Amino acid sequence: MTPKRRRLWLVIVGMVTLGIATGLVLFAFQDSLLFFYSPTDVVEKGVPPDRRFRLGGLVEEKSVVRDGVTVTFRITDLNEVIPVRFTGMLPDLFREGQGVVAEGKLDGDGVFVASSVLAKHDENYMPPEVADALMKSEQWKGRQAQ
Amino acid sequence: MIAEIGHFALILALLVALVQGTLPVLGAWRGNDAWVALARPASAMFFVLVAIAFGCLTEAFVVSDFSVATVASNSHSAKPMLYKVTGVWGNHEGSLLLWILILSAFSFLVAQFGGNLPPGLRARVLSVLGLVGVGFLLFILLTSNPFERLDPAPLDGRGLNPLLQDPGLAFHPPFLYLGYVGLSVSFAFAVAALIEGRVDPAWARWVRPWTLVAWCFLTLGIALGSWWAYYELGWGGWWFWDPVENASFMPWLAATALVHSAIVVERRDALKSWTILLAIIAFSLSLLGTFLVRSGVLNSVHAFATDPTRGVFILGFLIVVVGGSLTLFATRAPALKAGGMFAPISREASLVLNNLLLATAAGTVLLGTLYPLFLDALTGMKVTVGPPYFNSVFIPLFTPVVVAVAIGPLLSWKRDDLLGVLGRLKMVLAATVIAALATWYWLGDGPVLAVLGMALTVWLGGGALFEYADRIKLFRAPAGESWRRARNLPRSAYGMTVAHLGLALTIMGITVSGAWQDEKLQVMRPGETVRVGAYDATFKGAERVAGPNYSALRGTFEITRDGRPVTVLYPETRTYDTSAMDTTEAAIRPTPLSDLYVVIGEPDGQGGYATRIYYKPLVSWIWIGSLFMVFGGALSISDRRHRVGAPSRRRRSVAAAGTA
Repeated sequence: MTPKRRRLWLVIVGMVTLGIATGLVLFAFQDSLLFFYSPTDVVEKGVPPDRRFRLGGLVEEKSVVRDGVTVTFRITDLNEVIPVRFTGMLPDLFREGQGVVAEGKLDGDGVFVASSVLAKHDENYMPPEVADALMKSEQWKGRQAQ
Repeated sequence: MIAEIGHFALILALLVALVQGTLPVLGAWRGNDAWVALARPASAMFFVLVAIAFGCLTEAFVVSDFSVATVASNSHSAKPMLYKVTGVWGNHEGSLLLWILILSAFSFLVAQFGGNLPPGLRARVLSVLGLVGVGFLLFILLTSNPFERLDPAPLDGRGLNPLLQDPGLAFHPPFLYLGYVGLSVSFAFAVAALIEGRVDPAWARWVRPWTLVAWCFLTLGIALGSWWAYYELGWGGWWFWDPVENASFMPWLAATALVHSAIVVERRDALKSWTILLAIIAFSLSLLGTFLVRSGVLNSVHAFATDPTRGVFILGFLIVVVGGSLTLFATRAPALKAGGMFAPISREASLVLNNLLLATAAGTVLLGTLYPLFLDALTGMKVTVGPPYFNSVFIPLFTPVVVAVAIGPLLSWKRDDLLGVLGRLKMVLAATVIAALATWYWLGDGPVLAVLGMALTVWLGGGALFEYADRIKLFRAPAGESWRRARNLPRSAYGMTVAHLGLALTIMGITVSGAWQDEKLQVMRPGETVRVGAYDATFKGAERVAGPNYSALRGTFEITRDGRPVTVLYPETRTYDTSAMDTTEAAIRPTPLSDLYVVIGEPDGQGGYATRIYYKPLVSWIWIGSLFMVFGGALSISDRRHRVGAPSRRRRSVAAAGTA
């Protein structure tokens, strides 16, 4: 086998690998790219019920209701409010009035069914998307004083 | 005063690194032996000065000197001593200092153990390490000085994030950094070889042990990090494809490829340019990893943009290192003489395939990690690339790697016959098919992917064992003969078998713990019992207990199996005094066969507590397998080829290598 033929082989195998990888990436991006929406985005853009996305905002004061291991609460950006239902263990830092990001999809009745709820592991932490969304809603200025 | 000594030592270290980074390489170029000889004392000096600075910062943490800003914002007088010390690297400034300490230690070791290196190559390698050191020292001194003073000094510190107060995480960064920085040695060898314009088997024999050292530490660091995530975060998961995890996984993939391609350079004098390129890529990815985690860009692109000094420096440094070395590669690599030929079916070719796939996998992880950052910076759109992306891209790319790992070592160099080798592997193939069918049968409603996972486990494990048995002619020769062969096998052969077995064990742990786990989530009142796996967990009650710097809600769970008591588990939710922050402390009963994992959450106000109990079969083999891999790497390093008989460089004129 000449060096030239070997190089040709390498190039072909390399291209095939890259091609497969590109296909995989494009295919995976279709399904697993999760967009972040604030409650206002959800109301304005009209997200279809079967689409997974991440919803972020503040946990509305006095909205948390526990029923066994199922919790319902409302996420607000101080403009719009979306009700959320979640079954599972809430993160340690989940509090009313604190920033939160939930991942899941809307059911037919406009309730966001979350498969996971994140409240970051730091008491001063406001998820950056949430801070942005709150800024945009123009109801909230700067980080909350702790 | 101590802090000022540390600061001063760092400035001196910068000057020494500057000398180490310039004079030896110039000396090697101009033929000035005195300048070349300077590399060794300079590297010793560099190490000593950085060690002094690191010692000074450690002292400030130990005595809780809150007039030092780093200490004040990351430590607290009431913290246990262990975490005061490990807090040194639990923050941005200190971790950069740790990075540079390890770099100077590696450069010192290269100078000390590099006695058998040609002086010119050694001088160039040490110079490259010195220049990397200059970059990091400038970054520390200009943007992240760990010795900055506060006036007035606060009465007490702000404390370390409670999540980080854990032995697993305390020692995770040093191991990870030993891996990251170890790759800088491979990088330095690559750049030095490019400057010299030649790569030969002796070069690979020097590079491989260093790369293996880095790879072992990186493996250990990643395993430790995932183990920490498993028991500390309380979600029962052990890998989340989080950008921080990806940042360490990408260099690991590249380093794994590098460890394998260096074999081809050493044995067959082929794949030289590719190996050099891999060394550059691996180190670039570890730089990227360090900065992704340390710059805060992952938390928010905007926070990064609002404090641009660090960001701009980081980008500049990355551009100089990556761009500079790639430019050097582009101009010099064509001059490297191509070595041994090989056919598309040969051991070389199988290693090329392994390299291509690992590099592609690293590329897809890179894309998934950086894509959200770019999209946010360019369009302001917020997206997350989550585990589904990585699983659906990574598994198809990694599966052929695993398939090839069983075949590759059985192929001979230069050319071989694939069908012949598969014929020898027919027993392993049969076992794989049986394992796949058995998994299919026992799976129930588990994920179909488990069939693939179990098949790969048996294929890879069986292949590794078969290859070993084949080498010592087990059952084909008298026992005495096999025993003699087993004793005479080089350690690197054992290293390969052990590391490949480790990968099989890890895949087994991942597959089985995922497919056959049992999870129960419920509100439990004292006296209630839940069945999970083959075990019954009875909740006896919860009480508040006090720890050294926290108070905790502690639940008591009695675990029985068929009515016989097994153990008692005490999961906790801790509230730390210094920050209004809780952490979940899962209670885990690990055994080689299965883990029981109990988490207690908030009270429901009516005497019940939210509880979550997992039964995870074979989950500990994920980490035991990683330890096998590390042990295999260590065996390979200790191979006598790397220790005895200074690898001698084939005499060949530089001009001949240059013109070929």
